[in-house]
Amino acid sequence: MKLTLKIWRQENATAKGKMVDYNIDGIDGDMSFLEMLDVLNEGLVNKGEQPVEFDHDCREGICGSCSLQINGEPHGPDKFITTCQLHMRTFKDGDTIVIEPFRAKAFPVIKDLIVDRTAFDRIQQAYGYISVNTSGNTIDANTIPIEKENADDSFNAATCIGCGACVAACKNASAMLFTSAKVSQFALLPQGEVEADRRVLAMVEQMDKEGFGNCSNTGACELECPKGISLENIARMNREYLKASVK
Amino acid sequence: MGGLLKSSVAKKFAMALSGLFLVLFLAQHFTINLTSVISPDTFNEISHFMGTNFVVQAILQPILIFGVVFHFIMGFVLEIQNRNARAKSYVSYNGSANSSWMSRNMIYSGAVVLAFLGLHFYDFWVPELAHKYIESHPEDATRYYGELVSKFVSPVRTGLYVVSFVFLMLHLLHGFSSSFQSMGVNNKYSEGIRKFTVGYAIIIPLGFIFIAAFHYFNNL
Repeated sequence: MKLTLKIWRQENATAKGKMVDYNIDGIDGDMSFLEMLDVLNEGLVNKGEQPVEFDHDCREGICGSCSLQINGEPHGPDKFITTCQLHMRTFKDGDTIVIEPFRAKAFPVIKDLIVDRTAFDRIQQAYGYISVNTSGNTIDANTIPIEKENADDSFNAATCIGCGACVAACKNASAMLFTSAKVSQFALLPQGEVEADRRVLAMVEQMDKEGFGNCSNTGACELECPKGISLENIARMNREYLKASVK
Repeated sequence: MGGLLKSSVAKKFAMALSGLFLVLFLAQHFTINLTSVISPDTFNEISHFMGTNFVVQAILQPILIFGVVFHFIMGFVLEIQNRNARAKSYVSYNGSANSSWMSRNMIYSGAVVLAFLGLHFYDFWVPELAHKYIESHPEDATRYYGELVSKFVSPVRTGLYVVSFVFLMLHLLHGFSSSFQSMGVNNKYSEGIRKFTVGYAIIIPLGFIFIAAFHYFNNL
């Protein structure tokens, strides 16, 4: 397969950056997208050029590291997968593929296609946890009965891998889906319910501080999320927030 | 309560609440306008009541004006914040792959509706204020139908009204159902709510178009 790649190249966080065209040949349909980039980089290194920097780790769709905007969609045209799970068979011989970093003011570019997503960490640190004394007196979570529906919804929310595709897909670069997934996974369980009010207020405040946009309910985040995190979480967070605000 | 006034969630809640209020107002406005097609006398009677009733004029009208002004100012505030949240745009952005045109362009459909409101106020509200408070006319409870019909003689003005109602439809197609999500409603009733809001978003603007077209063709 022969392809033309248009890739965002940016030397460092302060450099201007630009799109650079690369022609690549010999790409197999069974290669993953990241393997295709590995082939490109091998060629660049052999020519003495700087390889294209991109984030990756597990390459199994669970770590949330890979984060590429491919032909205008986070993680490419296929649904419910991360970039590492995208295979080249999705594309045709002769295609032009545009590869950009996830764009958001809160996700500044570090180099080429790598962005700084520590804004998510700070939202999580704001109150994305439960306060449990684990010093030898821990109660087994399974001893507390939980409605199956709540347990399922909480689990589904907890499958968020924090990749940032929701922010990348949203026309407003909003982080509502991520934040709401983290709020929901705790709010739905008795262990998390105790601090639910403080949690939602703190996490939304941090989300706003980071400079993410507002939610326009376009639903783009839900469709582009590799884990299919539902918009129901955003509605739940809105409810939790409004409830906590008037208390 | 302080958080309710400054956070992104609160702003969207307020936007949704003002939007729902305006949706209710639209239904009331449409119902009154429809009587102009059925019975000019009834239309005159209701219009006279609305124009002279103390509660409507002194309480409901200021609330309505506040709702309209709040909705569009907040709309622009949110739009500016949203644009700032993505400092650099994508070279390639395939928005249609994951969202509707209406949901991505609320600011534009809203801006057209706002411009229409300017025309609508120029056509009806300003003359009404002048009639009541500047010129000294004797009270005439039968003038409303004639004033309405006279505005739809011009094909250009009628066309502007029709185009504006199409944009109102586009705005409502996303905005009405979206307001429930912003207020935290997403449950087993959501599909029913969505169907109702889509029906409303289509029927009400089409109804307004019908009324404008009816008076235009009736004038020919």
